[in-house]
Amino acid sequence: MASNEEILAGLAEIVNEETGLATESVELDKSFTDDLDIDSISMMTIVVNAEEKFGVRIPDEEVKNLKTVGDAVDFIANAQA
Amino acid sequence: MSTPTLKQASLREFTRIHGIGAYRPDVIVTNEDVCQWIDSSDEWIRKRTGIATRHRARPEIGVIDMAEGAAREALSQAGIEASQLGAVIVSTVTHPYATPSAAADLADRLGATPAPAFDISAACAGYCYGIAQADALVRSGAADYVLVVGVEKLSDIIDKSERSISFLLGDGAGAAIVGPSEAAGIGPSVWGSDGSKWGAVSMTGSMLPLRDLALGDGSGSVPDSDALAAAWPTLRQDGQTVFRWAVWEMAKVAREALDRAGIESKDLAAFVPHQANMRIIDELAKVLKLPEHVAIARDIADAGNTSAASIPLATHRLLEEQPELSGGLSLQIGFGAGLVFGAQVITLP
Repeated sequence: MASNEEILAGLAEIVNEETGLATESVELDKSFTDDLDIDSISMMTIVVNAEEKFGVRIPDEEVKNLKTVGDAVDFIANAQA
Repeated sequence: MSTPTLKQASLREFTRIHGIGAYRPDVIVTNEDVCQWIDSSDEWIRKRTGIATRHRARPEIGVIDMAEGAAREALSQAGIEASQLGAVIVSTVTHPYATPSAAADLADRLGATPAPAFDISAACAGYCYGIAQADALVRSGAADYVLVVGVEKLSDIIDKSERSISFLLGDGAGAAIVGPSEAAGIGPSVWGSDGSKWGAVSMTGSMLPLRDLALGDGSGSVPDSDALAAAWPTLRQDGQTVFRWAVWEMAKVAREALDRAGIESKDLAAFVPHQANMRIIDELAKVLKLPEHVAIARDIADAGNTSAASIPLATHRLLEEQPELSGGLSLQIGFGAGLVFGAQVITLP
């Protein structure tokens, strides 16, 4: 089971790989679309890579609720619990 | 009384694609043109889809006209006469008649009568579905040569002002001749459907409300033209759901097509996925870890997404630009509305 800090760090690596954004810029209160400029297709790639990394399932209908990095960290933490 | 002996058609071991033809309509629609109808920019469209232009057919050019153009080139490349065709299969979702089929008229125009002729509705997987059927027909002895055409006039079923799919779409036709071969030329088809995602790429509705509106309520009142236009069904998609399925589920299908053909990705000369979106193509190639030497079809940049026509069009272009690929192995995979999918490894003609 990963801690929230570990999930954030892992997610930051995935975001970095997909978009080239620095891992430090991936912070809990950042919005994927408004702050990080991640479009819907890149978001899907991030979601699938996060599923693989954290061993969780993130259904399509859940993705639209993941507005901020913090939303994604919370969802992954709960799904792992 | 003697027992009658029933004869069955004799089996053939191998088939291959003998020729490929293409028809690209002459109206070029640029991203600037598209931006008259949606609030976007050339840069945004290129970045999100990889598309710079798409070809669209003039009003007087129909699905069967485009199919005929592609079919004639495929016949000529295969070096066979239309009279040798044992079946004509047209895959389309834009032939605007419930019946008769586009294939029956096409067969007659080509001089293939009385070859059996029928249409299939498998959207962007339609060409691979057609190759699967043609391969089976030729190997079973039901036909010697089979014409498979993927053709679409998607411009008839778009709403120019919507943003989910319309701006991606183009018109065109691609055709292949499948026939007997001395060596294996078409690997086992991996094909299927997932109707639980029926709505992921779908029309806005059925045609029946439009009919009811057009017929009116019997009072003699003239139907409102805006209401009539709104009732004309057009295509939509849930881009995120489709992207996820098209990359990660289709990667599994592609791997299975390779496995069942007994080859590895390093053996491929080309990869020709359905030209849905450049980002799907790039991500699929990445997930499949294709070696550098594999030529990846990227016809979508100029042709847009032409549904059933995209794989033969993209294959035709690859062979035109890189004739040395002829004789090499190509992994082709179609996927789309249904949802449906089909893949096979083929030897390039």
